[in-house]
Amino acid sequence: MRALRVDPIACDGRGLCAELIPERITLDEWGYPIVDPAPLTPSLQRHAERAVAACPMLALRLGWIDSTEGRAGSRSRRR
Amino acid sequence: MNARLLAGVATRIAPTYDQHLALHGPLDPRGDLTDELDRAGLRGRGGAAFPTGTKLRAVAEAGGRPLVVANAVEGEPVSGKDRALLRVAPHLVLDGAVAACRALGARDAIVAIGDRTGRERAMVEAAIAQRGRKDGRVTLRTAAVESRFVAGEETALVRALGGREAKPSLKPPYPFERGLDGAPTLVANAETLAHVALIARFGAGWFRSAGTSESPGTALVTIGGAVVQPGVHEIELGTTLDQVLEQTGGANEAVQAILVGGYFGRWVTPAKARELRLTPDVLGAGAIVVLPAGVCAFAECARVLAYLAEESAGQCGPCVHGLRAIADTMSAPGEPDRRRRLEQLAALVDRRGACRHPDGAAGFLRSALDAFADEFAAHVRRGRCGARDARVLPIVGRRQR
Repeated sequence: MRALRVDPIACDGRGLCAELIPERITLDEWGYPIVDPAPLTPSLQRHAERAVAACPMLALRLGWIDSTEGRAGSRSRRR
Repeated sequence: MNARLLAGVATRIAPTYDQHLALHGPLDPRGDLTDELDRAGLRGRGGAAFPTGTKLRAVAEAGGRPLVVANAVEGEPVSGKDRALLRVAPHLVLDGAVAACRALGARDAIVAIGDRTGRERAMVEAAIAQRGRKDGRVTLRTAAVESRFVAGEETALVRALGGREAKPSLKPPYPFERGLDGAPTLVANAETLAHVALIARFGAGWFRSAGTSESPGTALVTIGGAVVQPGVHEIELGTTLDQVLEQTGGANEAVQAILVGGYFGRWVTPAKARELRLTPDVLGAGAIVVLPAGVCAFAECARVLAYLAEESAGQCGPCVHGLRAIADTMSAPGEPDRRRRLEQLAALVDRRGACRHPDGAAGFLRSALDAFADEFAAHVRRGRCGARDARVLPIVGRRQR
């Protein structure tokens, strides 16, 4: 299962993502995304992909749910 | 309890390598060190309490030639145990680094020290020179990194050692996967490595002969505030906070509350101190501060929270803005909704950074709201509580760096 995840270092708080997938992302009082780590339902998948593509900082990612932690983590592509 | 790490420490003078070997015997590990660490149940003493054997295995499995970093940066203002260990038993830390290198096939070990602690660095350099720079195939060296709160965080430390600013990076990759110069890097706290040195010699069974089955072994703690004997003490894990305070000389004034685990820690009331067993999770990096009665707890907490806001690496929006908002709310006089606002801010910053800095500040704030509910209420009602601001909790200002 996939889920949205934000890189808080890269994120600049532009807020486009919250407009594109408000079902999973809201903005805090400073404009930074609060991401719901729940798995994406099939109907949200396309919106999530659009939000990821729209991020000017490349800070929003689609990760895989880490079964051990139950939290989203980006799939490692090592070596 | 017999002292282990602090065994034979009668004076503040570091033993020579020969004296060290006479005291502890040669470093001649039997069997597989990683398995022995698993059996010993050693958990890291830098704050995260991660199982050391698991960490070694992760580095070994990452592939490539790994590196070992002994983390003695100790940016926490109320902790001094790693620096004390480097002064009184530098060879134990070096032995632990060498044992880890041998187990991992690493050839380089670096002892990382904050740049404000030049004295300890010189002492470790002298200890390395006594061993002839190299220990078998392992080359030992020291490195100074900027003495700041986040510099001890493992990704920040790896970046600093690589010549960049000491700021955390997003994980994964973890240093055990890709650390210094891209090599799998074991970053282990200095005290943790000193325990490794003794476990390599005497085994897991010996290690477990102190402490409890859940939390085996001993740990160094830095005790400060209103106590008879401030400083670094070695305690048996699983002992209650109350017993530890008693064993180390006790308080010298009536006690209001005790901060356990430093500035990412928790406030404990004297009544709870009788029940609280000190385990690696509770101890964090091992700093304990006794706040005497009659001192303004609110002022102490406000100062620490302002310090933690200053010490944000400045990379993640929620940490930068949230910790500043917490500090501002603490200093804003008489805002009636202050408690609710602080709770809201704690929730807003928690787990929203690349590192655990905002989580640590949120935990400190929540525990302060819980332990000092009356004091906080008095500050909201009257803007002050009448108690004196004694500045028990030290902070390190930017100018002092």
